[in-house]
Amino acid sequence: MLSRLEGGEMTVQKENSMLKQKQMLADHFMELSQVRETGKKVVYTFVPGNLTELIYSFDMLPVYPEINALQSGMRKKSRDYIREAEDMGYSEDICSYVKCDIGMMVQGNIGPTGQQLPPPDLLLLSYTGCFVFMKWFENLKHLYPDAEIAMLHIPYQEAGRIEPDHIEYIKEQLRTEVIPKLEKVSGVKFDETKLGEKLDLSAKAEDLLIEIFDSAQNRPSPIDAYFGGVYYIGPIFTAFRGSPECVDYYEELASEVRFRVENKMGPITPDGVLKEENFRLVVEGPPNWTHFRGFWKLFYEMGAVFVGSTYTRVGGVYDDGFRHSSDDPLKSLAEYCLGCYTNRNLPQRIDLIERFITRYHADGFLVNSIKSCNSFSAGQLVMMRELEERLQIPVGFIETDLVDPRYYSYSNIKNRLDSFFQMLEQRQIMKRRMEAVV
Amino acid sequence: MKTYLGIDLGSTTSKAVLIDDKHNIIGRGITNTRSNYEVAAEIARMEAEFNSRFTILLRRMKESSSGEVDWNHLVALLEGRFHYLQFEERFAELKNAMLEQANHASNGVPAAEIVEIIRSACNDVETTVKDKFFNNKVSSTSEFFRDLFSEPYMHAIQHHERDLFDHLVAIYDRCITPVENQLIEFNFIDLTEQALDFMPEELRSLRKEVAVHLSEVAAINLDPADFIGTGYGRQLLPFDQKHIKSEILCHAMGAHTYFPGTRTVLDIGGQDTKAIQVDEHGLVTSFQMNDRCAAGCGRYLGYISDEMSMSVGELGPLALKAEYESNICSTCTVFAGAELREYLNLGEKKENILAGLHKAIVQRAFGLLARSGGVRNEMTFTGGVARNPAVVKYVKQLVIQNYGDITINLHPDSIFMGALGAAIFSEAR
Repeated sequence: MLSRLEGGEMTVQKENSMLKQKQMLADHFMELSQVRETGKKVVYTFVPGNLTELIYSFDMLPVYPEINALQSGMRKKSRDYIREAEDMGYSEDICSYVKCDIGMMVQGNIGPTGQQLPPPDLLLLSYTGCFVFMKWFENLKHLYPDAEIAMLHIPYQEAGRIEPDHIEYIKEQLRTEVIPKLEKVSGVKFDETKLGEKLDLSAKAEDLLIEIFDSAQNRPSPIDAYFGGVYYIGPIFTAFRGSPECVDYYEELASEVRFRVENKMGPITPDGVLKEENFRLVVEGPPNWTHFRGFWKLFYEMGAVFVGSTYTRVGGVYDDGFRHSSDDPLKSLAEYCLGCYTNRNLPQRIDLIERFITRYHADGFLVNSIKSCNSFSAGQLVMMRELEERLQIPVGFIETDLVDPRYYSYSNIKNRLDSFFQMLEQRQIMKRRMEAVV
Repeated sequence: MKTYLGIDLGSTTSKAVLIDDKHNIIGRGITNTRSNYEVAAEIARMEAEFNSRFTILLRRMKESSSGEVDWNHLVALLEGRFHYLQFEERFAELKNAMLEQANHASNGVPAAEIVEIIRSACNDVETTVKDKFFNNKVSSTSEFFRDLFSEPYMHAIQHHERDLFDHLVAIYDRCITPVENQLIEFNFIDLTEQALDFMPEELRSLRKEVAVHLSEVAAINLDPADFIGTGYGRQLLPFDQKHIKSEILCHAMGAHTYFPGTRTVLDIGGQDTKAIQVDEHGLVTSFQMNDRCAAGCGRYLGYISDEMSMSVGELGPLALKAEYESNICSTCTVFAGAELREYLNLGEKKENILAGLHKAIVQRAFGLLARSGGVRNEMTFTGGVARNPAVVKYVKQLVIQNYGDITINLHPDSIFMGALGAAIFSEAR
């Protein structure tokens, strides 16, 4: 938290929530490294549409290959891992998460804390819009021939809404495919009450998360919903949703955000509290991980703060009221998976972004398109144009990659962002002049 | 006089524009962007200032004299001679440097012989360039010191055998860059007076009339009240951050100033192509730029002209003579060169290949235009490549094909649009 020094100057320490998250992760990876002794079973699964509560209800431990890949990117290991995968024959155009993950596994599967990750007992694929997921797990099956594999197919919201048939289809798969596999691998009988208790805890954390996201309505925004957002979504999108620690984490974070709102403080950046909020932005697309700090700096040094992002919705969209619930646990899981950002059609994604732009009073919309992502880079120009026309808002477009450092060109990005910020600035000047005339 | 300066430091040329407080251009300056950006910017600025003085001089002459004399023509002649005198100073530097190099040279050929060849070649250069300047044959926007010197120099030495020729080219190569990067101060009044001496016999009688205004015009303070630098090399300018602006905004503002109905700007420069959407105030709403590859830009044409041993300025006019366009598939400059050689081997006419290459450039630019949201209404085409008639032809063709009957604006000042926009932003601050 922040404390005042005698001279009245603010000094930034690591916030409690960040320390807490760090500890939660350390504990989780420690637990993973000890499965040989504890006998716990391990499930590899993906973030969008993850069934974390269900996995824990069988007392199993989840591992998220995407998260490992992004961690490798942040720790400057991804270049090496990607090279390893390309040496094996993976093409340059393939999703860099996949190559980074495969490379890491081949080189000994050392996780972000330096401890070795256990091999999977079950590969649980929830398919929510990213067509690479299926091939990814097919490849993992070759690397881990002893692992069981289960697939949960989530129908894409092509018509822009969830149909009753969708729910039934998913519940059926959970009952006949996923749960039996989990029972088989873990040796534990499915307990719907236990699952329901976890789902209710999830809902508590989800309420707090939305309160945190909505704090961006304030000026200055107390949060950065993109770079900071990465930390805010950490626990709920990964191994902790449905746990009491997760609720504790969000209570802590929410109280920090409330403090910043009361004190009219901006978000915390690696260089301290953002002093001046010049531009409020909404962004589509994940951040670049290999140059995370430098990329963030390009924004905060210009006083640009993200008040909304779609990346912080890939592990679940809670903005339109959905919460996990114990009322009908399997239905709740189905609705959650169906509602993920990656499972929504383009018009729905555009509507959601429009809501962010208006609700959080954004000055501009930016797309960070991912060079090696074929699933989600498609359609971004259409989204941009539609939003520009609908809202008369300046739009910007840059291109980076998730974890392939070869696609991060600082000067190209800087050049485009310079122009984008000046577009926003010029608009503000014009607005001020017009107001002065009136 | 209150003036504002815009400098556009492009990858190929550096441009400067001086405007008055009513946004009228009073002077333009252009030079090749050399290894020293600061010098390039300063030369462009100086040229814009001299050009402004000639503009003002012309205005004064027209106001004060009877209607008999064609002052436009006269002042143009005078300005041509002024530029020739500027050329001469740098030429003398280059000649000395080259002779110096020749004295140290030993390549089987006696130094004295090399010195003699260089002297003689320089005499040829002087005669040719003088003729060009005196008879208005210099294109002020595409021929710079380096081009003016090298063309007649190469011509003068080309008959020597290979080794000697290479040696003479090497001497030029070693000397040109340092000489080009020298900042030479010129005195406007002295040089103009000397230029008056070079005026044709029958016009010398007007000398007195000009002289009356000359000292006044030379004394006008044209130091800009404010200035902005833009373009590819803007970050390298010795300017404070508040004097630097993105070329996207500047090109849009330049285009908007000439054509307020502009909603889309296509700018093809030396190494990037920009598709820009603007609103009714000339403010940018979105843009797209080429990324990672400069195929389809001015440099691509430069590469093709080298491959074909032609000058860049000849490419467009020749392409217009094509019967059809050869199909150029490649979007990569180097691969396009390979396709070009393949067609030449197959006996295809140069005209048709060039037409295909020009069309390929424009198709690439249209990919960017589509990404940026297409052509919505009036489009303005800017940048150095907008002066290539074959590119213009295909731009018009493709706009009609893809977006229907839309007004396409072209302006003789298209290369100065970025600098103009920068000057306007500096005034509006």
